[in-house]
Amino acid sequence: MPWLPPNISTFGKDVDSLFYLVLAATMIAFVLTEAALFVFLARYRHREGRKAAYVHGHRNLEVTWTVGAGVLWAGLALIQVGTWWNIKGSFPPEDSSVLFELTARQFEWQARYPGPDRAFGAVDSTLISSGNPLGLVSNDAAGKDDIVGPINTVHVPVNQNILVFLRSRAQDYKEVIHSFFVPQLRLKQDAVPGLTIKVWFNAMQSGTYEIACAELCGLGHYRMRAMLTVEAQDQFNAWLQKTNAGQ
Amino acid sequence: MSAHAPATNHHELPFIRKYVFSTDHKTIGVQFLFTTLIYLSIGGLLAMLIRTQMAWPWQEIPVFGALLYGPGGNVLLPEQYIGLVTMHGTIMIFFFIIPMLSGAFGNFLIPLMIGARDMAFPRLNLLSYWILWPAFIMILLALVIEGGPPSAGWTSYAPLSDLPTAVPGSGNGQTLWILSLLFIGAGSILGAMNYITTILLLRAPGMHLFRMPMTVWALLITASLVLLATPVLTSALILLTLDRTVGTHFFLPIGGGVPILWQHLFWFYSHPAVYIMILPAMGMTSDILSAFARKPLFGYKAMVFSIMGIAGLGFIVWGHHMFVSGMNPLLGTSFMVATMVIALPSSIKTFNWLATLWRGNIQFTTAMLNAIAFVSMFIIGGLSGVYGAATPVDMFIHDTYFVVGHLHYVLFGGSLFGVFAGIYYWFPKMFGRMLDERLGKLHFVPTFIAFNCVFFPMFILGTNGMMRRIADPYVYDMFKPLLGINQFMTYSAYVLGAAQLIFAINIIYSLMRGPKAAANPWQANTLEWVAASSPPLRHGNFETIPTVYRGPYEYSSPEVEEDWYPQNRPPAMPERVTPEPVIVPQPGGD
Repeated sequence: MPWLPPNISTFGKDVDSLFYLVLAATMIAFVLTEAALFVFLARYRHREGRKAAYVHGHRNLEVTWTVGAGVLWAGLALIQVGTWWNIKGSFPPEDSSVLFELTARQFEWQARYPGPDRAFGAVDSTLISSGNPLGLVSNDAAGKDDIVGPINTVHVPVNQNILVFLRSRAQDYKEVIHSFFVPQLRLKQDAVPGLTIKVWFNAMQSGTYEIACAELCGLGHYRMRAMLTVEAQDQFNAWLQKTNAGQ
Repeated sequence: MSAHAPATNHHELPFIRKYVFSTDHKTIGVQFLFTTLIYLSIGGLLAMLIRTQMAWPWQEIPVFGALLYGPGGNVLLPEQYIGLVTMHGTIMIFFFIIPMLSGAFGNFLIPLMIGARDMAFPRLNLLSYWILWPAFIMILLALVIEGGPPSAGWTSYAPLSDLPTAVPGSGNGQTLWILSLLFIGAGSILGAMNYITTILLLRAPGMHLFRMPMTVWALLITASLVLLATPVLTSALILLTLDRTVGTHFFLPIGGGVPILWQHLFWFYSHPAVYIMILPAMGMTSDILSAFARKPLFGYKAMVFSIMGIAGLGFIVWGHHMFVSGMNPLLGTSFMVATMVIALPSSIKTFNWLATLWRGNIQFTTAMLNAIAFVSMFIIGGLSGVYGAATPVDMFIHDTYFVVGHLHYVLFGGSLFGVFAGIYYWFPKMFGRMLDERLGKLHFVPTFIAFNCVFFPMFILGTNGMMRRIADPYVYDMFKPLLGINQFMTYSAYVLGAAQLIFAINIIYSLMRGPKAAANPWQANTLEWVAASSPPLRHGNFETIPTVYRGPYEYSSPEVEEDWYPQNRPPAMPERVTPEPVIVPQPGGD
């Protein structure tokens, strides 16, 4: 039976152990309650001439299970906080991370790398056209060395902190919410028109993985798929150069 | 007409005022019952089409395809698929579950269970049903209108729902969606005001709040949720309409608007609405479990306070739908803690249901089987919600089939089995005839098995990362191995759908041929069983208003020989003057 896809991200193992922790807690609760249900149904089925127990409650029993369940659920919440904060609330330093911007639009993804100056050129949604799908401002100095990747293709180096600036293109009115999802990275983040949302990951294993759109975005939602290639630093550099030369 | 009938019954009403534009709560309840059952079958058929696409994407649908999509067009299009998903969710939630629980059961049961002749405002009650008709018509119109049905999901996230060009169906279809929800919301609010007033003011003598059956408690608290939450949805719908028609930008970034605002407003309504969709079923299940275990409900007051706790906390957990929306992660943390805490009252209720069965004398009627199914399936539904509450885990399962599985275990495994239990239990009171028990069990067993075969595999799809609302999962290489599971689920869905025909046959057959029901066929305690089956129309219900002497769950009381002790029966030990001291057994209830 297929199960959780293999994890390739540094924080993925924390996510997986929390998943298995929740699985263990809920499985124990499930087995105990359902077993009690079946035992009671079998043991106390109707028999002629017998009367049920006349019991309205049991204070100590009720206090015990209230406190027990309360401790279980509150504990299960608190134990999540560290991992959550590590993934969504704190970021690796920008100057030592690999940066790229990922723009989602109906129904494709496009990456842009900042080049040697580590700064992205300005974009202006009024400039968006079929020849300039990102709306790049051509005379912006910071944008001179930017490298725009091919559609639905993202490359990142292995074992490096990656900072993604996630955007949903806001061409006048006409863009909707998408969601960046790579199951093997254990990472999902909506791309919202009007916002640039920062996410980070560090992929530990080279290979090619599928990027999916996880938020309903229109009739082509199901085919809004891109490929993420995780590769060695020199391969990544070579790919960037080749892409730059092709522009 | 019987000689004891109340004075109001003197002249016979014309047919149209008796059965169509009736002000009698029982007639209105039955109208809600049949209308929502029709929408249940429409929503179910849409689900069959969704499942067909998941198993055999883009393949011709024999016979039905031509019927649905016209000759030659019997292959589904991507925009039709998301239209199906949107309409299935919208119809099941807004046109079946909510009006079935609050509308059908609320109307029929509240006055009978509290010992009143009718609702506090009978004409308002008539309005709360008939104001839904524009919605009933418009939502069906949305299926066939030019441009197609609304396709932004039942959650209709902006800007997808906001931009008429964003998706086919976000033109006319979306407009009809908004309008029909406005009417549904108006009807809910009118009904809720009526329920609250009725329960607070029209209880029979002796019916203290803490002698009310759990069904009434649940409906009272549900009505308060409706009253507090629905206006927020209504405002959001009006803002969306303004965006779409007069050019405001509440949810569009270009004019300074915020798309996430829609999600906040929508879930501020729709999370409490999740409890609107389950609390009444919890109440009904509590009553049915106690009646057929022949045993007092365990921890009655804890049950009442749990429902209050769920309702209160229900207003501060909406953000758990938005953990990956771009909302501040600090907010995510606080919404996670609140969400985990709301699992506590649900756990308490589950323990109390189990303890109600403990040392009972359990009668396995069809109503009881469905109530037991409610408990066991709600356990799975509730526990699977914990995964979504845990923020790091939610980041993986959010928008996958794991969530679809979770919500179906709550709303089908919980609410729908609760509705089945309620129908099998109160049908004799509604129509004066018994449902067939053999057909009932023949309906229950395949429904229960097929339900689990359809929805449990969804958890496996979800742990594989398979997203919801995608017309063709097999575009992704990683989801190709899931085809077999999907086909198994689809076959099971057909069995599940077919099993419902037995239910329909049972209802139709029993309405005409079922054995006549006695006033109290289940030997239950609550006041509705004091009234005749079915109770006289025109605000009659009771020959004389009963007086209540005790709580609703005095089963197997040592005070009486029988194992039930109706709420209205005068105490078994009258105030005889006895010279020797008598040890009075501890009275139960409050």
